[in-house]
Amino acid sequence: MKILKIVFLLALLAAVIIFPQVYTDETATTIAVFTLLFAAAVTGWNIFSGYTGYIALGHAVYYGVGAYAMALMAQDWHVPGGYVTFLLVPLAGLVAAIFAVPFGWIALRTRRHTFIVITIATFFIMQLMAYNLRNITNGSAGLSLPLTPPDWSGAFFNLPFYYVALAVLLLALATSWWIRNSKFGLGLLAIRDDEDRALGLGVKTGPFKLIAFVISAFFVGMVGGLHAYFNGSIYPPFAFDAFFDVSIALMGFLGGMGTLAGPIIGASLLEPTQQYFTLYLSDGGLYLIAYGVLFLAVILLLPQGIVPTVRQLWLKWRASRKQDEAEPALVAVGVGSGESRSLPENQERKEGVNS
Amino acid sequence: MVQLIFEAVITGILTGGVYALMASGLTLIFGVMEIINIGHGALVILGAYLSFILQEKFHIDLFLGLLITMPLMFLLGLFIEWAFIRPLKRDRTMLSILVTFAIALIIEGTLGLQNTFGTDYVKLHAWYVDSSNASFQIGGFYLAYIYVFAFLLSAVLLAGLYFLLYRTEFGYSLRASMQNRTAAQLIGIDVERISALTFAIGVALAAAGGMAFGATTSFNPDSHYDLISRLLVIIILGGMGSLRGALIASVVMLVIEDVTAVVWSPVWATTVFFFLLIVILLVRPQGLFGQLEGRKQ
Amino acid sequence: MSLLEVQNVSKAFGGIHALEACSITVEQGTITGLIGPNGSGKTTLFNVVTGYERVDTGEVRFNGRTITNSSPDKVFRLGLGRTFQLTRIFPRLTVLENMHVAAQRQGVRSLLRRWSSSHEHRRALELLEFVGIARLKDMPAANLSYGQKKLLEFAFVLIADPQVILLDEPAGGINPTMIQHLAGRIKELNRRGVTFLVVEHNMEFVMNLCDRVMVMHRGTKIAEGAPEEVRKNPAVLEAYLGD
Repeated sequence: MKILKIVFLLALLAAVIIFPQVYTDETATTIAVFTLLFAAAVTGWNIFSGYTGYIALGHAVYYGVGAYAMALMAQDWHVPGGYVTFLLVPLAGLVAAIFAVPFGWIALRTRRHTFIVITIATFFIMQLMAYNLRNITNGSAGLSLPLTPPDWSGAFFNLPFYYVALAVLLLALATSWWIRNSKFGLGLLAIRDDEDRALGLGVKTGPFKLIAFVISAFFVGMVGGLHAYFNGSIYPPFAFDAFFDVSIALMGFLGGMGTLAGPIIGASLLEPTQQYFTLYLSDGGLYLIAYGVLFLAVILLLPQGIVPTVRQLWLKWRASRKQDEAEPALVAVGVGSGESRSLPENQERKEGVNS
Repeated sequence: MVQLIFEAVITGILTGGVYALMASGLTLIFGVMEIINIGHGALVILGAYLSFILQEKFHIDLFLGLLITMPLMFLLGLFIEWAFIRPLKRDRTMLSILVTFAIALIIEGTLGLQNTFGTDYVKLHAWYVDSSNASFQIGGFYLAYIYVFAFLLSAVLLAGLYFLLYRTEFGYSLRASMQNRTAAQLIGIDVERISALTFAIGVALAAAGGMAFGATTSFNPDSHYDLISRLLVIIILGGMGSLRGALIASVVMLVIEDVTAVVWSPVWATTVFFFLLIVILLVRPQGLFGQLEGRKQ
Repeated sequence: MSLLEVQNVSKAFGGIHALEACSITVEQGTITGLIGPNGSGKTTLFNVVTGYERVDTGEVRFNGRTITNSSPDKVFRLGLGRTFQLTRIFPRLTVLENMHVAAQRQGVRSLLRRWSSSHEHRRALELLEFVGIARLKDMPAANLSYGQKKLLEFAFVLIADPQVILLDEPAGGINPTMIQHLAGRIKELNRRGVTFLVVEHNMEFVMNLCDRVMVMHRGTKIAEGAPEEVRKNPAVLEAYLGD
């Protein structure tokens, strides 16, 4: 079973790697690049919001910080266009991560609803700062990124970006997987289920949450930097884009929060759809309506997200096969797994809960 | 300079009243339903556009037009709650954010279609808005009629809201639901009906706020982002769910913003708005009048 | 020096005086019962001791060390575990994962390691065996029956090897066989040196299990002694019946 899974994943990886070599159509590869970027961003977002259950809706901040960091570094250090520029991407992520420390610390002092709103407020602050700190950000005129070398023209242009985006995605996935299987990740999931209970069991909830927050900002920042370079220029509404912000939440949610495959599935389904809308719905208003309706449909029809729903169906199917197995001795004590169906449970209900 | 500051304070108070009207709906909805209506800004803008149509096409006065827009939006609120929010069972808070954002997008998109209003900025017009003499003259400075009227409108509606909340049985049920939803249900309060009505009232208030907003500021479908961000800051500052907090926070924020615009620069005025939030939250995470979300035992 | 000392603790919630100058002591190695009518402040006392509530006045000492108003994670790390009246476990995690949340060794390196391959894994399985739900180790905790959840909560509090365990109504809502099973586990652990403070309404459970019993009423202790003595104490009877 496990070998099958590994083989499947390797085959998938191979397909993704070969994809742009086979499908050279520029539109297709552009959509693919965006999908990879979003998948990486959502995976990063999921490391915090999916695992801890704290919905961060201002993560576009770190995306924007990464974008501006990228532009400014390239500008100040006179980095030319080309492959070298990609080396700045992790640095952009690092800058975003550093920003996340104070912002995260302040935001995490609050809980649930206030937290969500603080993250949104942070987003708007940064957008304003991008407009107002003209000395640094060049205000609404924006900044431009190094031009790619002339031989990166036509269909080739997308390829380097594709592979770098893929690398970022794989790194994010690896990190997410590692966290999920570590004690740290277990602590995060416990926080999601019952934060105070986790605290009472010795989990250092404050530092855990902040670390997850910073790690997720790192990845989102990298995506911001990479996207900036891909786009060639940035300006405040591009870098601090409310739409992007909510899109990653929607993708994470569609795919399934707190899962590994969820973010990728969510991005793979929604990003091409989004691009399709952009291309074929030229009337701006129509695009928004279509996207809004899509949002509503996803939320109302698939409240749990794809991966958990599939998993549940799978478990149900397996459970119905196992029902035939016998459960002798422990049932009498009421401790075996048969308890939910045998006598002791009925007795429990009769006694009720003393208060 | 002192004169300017004084003017700024007055304008701040008056505009604060308008924002209080908009924020009150938002905080009320949160208090009763525990959902954050990210679409509130869009609903305000919708209200503004409705007033716009009534005034441009049918030449109905802005204030009189409220007699049409408010009930209309009330019904819309009932529909939205029933269709999109009530079905949410698990994870209501997060899902409601996404849902209300989707609704905001749909509203923005519908208003922005080339066949409706497009993306041009518009403003509401009336005799008391437009003419250059449309202001009270007090001391050495001018107080635009519309600001005063808008403030009065807010005051009247908010007074009405208070009356509703504190002197009627409905209000009693509503406040009970806010304090403890389960307990309220146990004493026979139909919490679902209260939620629906609260949401509808919130939206109706947004309609009124929209008119006041649209008469004092030019707007287009995109304006809801800016608006909702400010409203959110206001309700967090005031304490989410606290009506009193929303009122005070609105006025305080707007006064500070207007004064900063005069004393420092208009550019930084808006940023100050948000920074203030962070500062206050460092000291008091629950806002001015909110409840500290304590440890669950 | 008693293992756990609560001295003159008062705690009010608005107009409700949950605890009024309450003082109790728990000796090392005992199983002490804490009984009292509803509203006498037993759960508040637990909350105050374990750091879930702050005291208004008074002190809490554990092993001679003042722990008043410490945060829950610190209290737990010092060796005080507790269960909750309405069992609190982590529903979306499996039984085994639940166990590992509480497992100690918080150094950075251990945090990054795969939780399922540490030596704590063995201990977690041992404890699950001990309470009797090892077969369910991979089941999502949400799917457990109420009694199984209680056992799980009991087990993961144990994983940190606490010196004292505060049990809040461990016998509530489960069948007699299960109660016996639980009592047996408590006695066994006590034999191995763990001290217990048990809040319970089930008198039979308390009388059979506890060495000493304390009675609370209206936020303070009104009686204590051997189970038989306390049973006959007129003040205790009045507290339960007079109200």
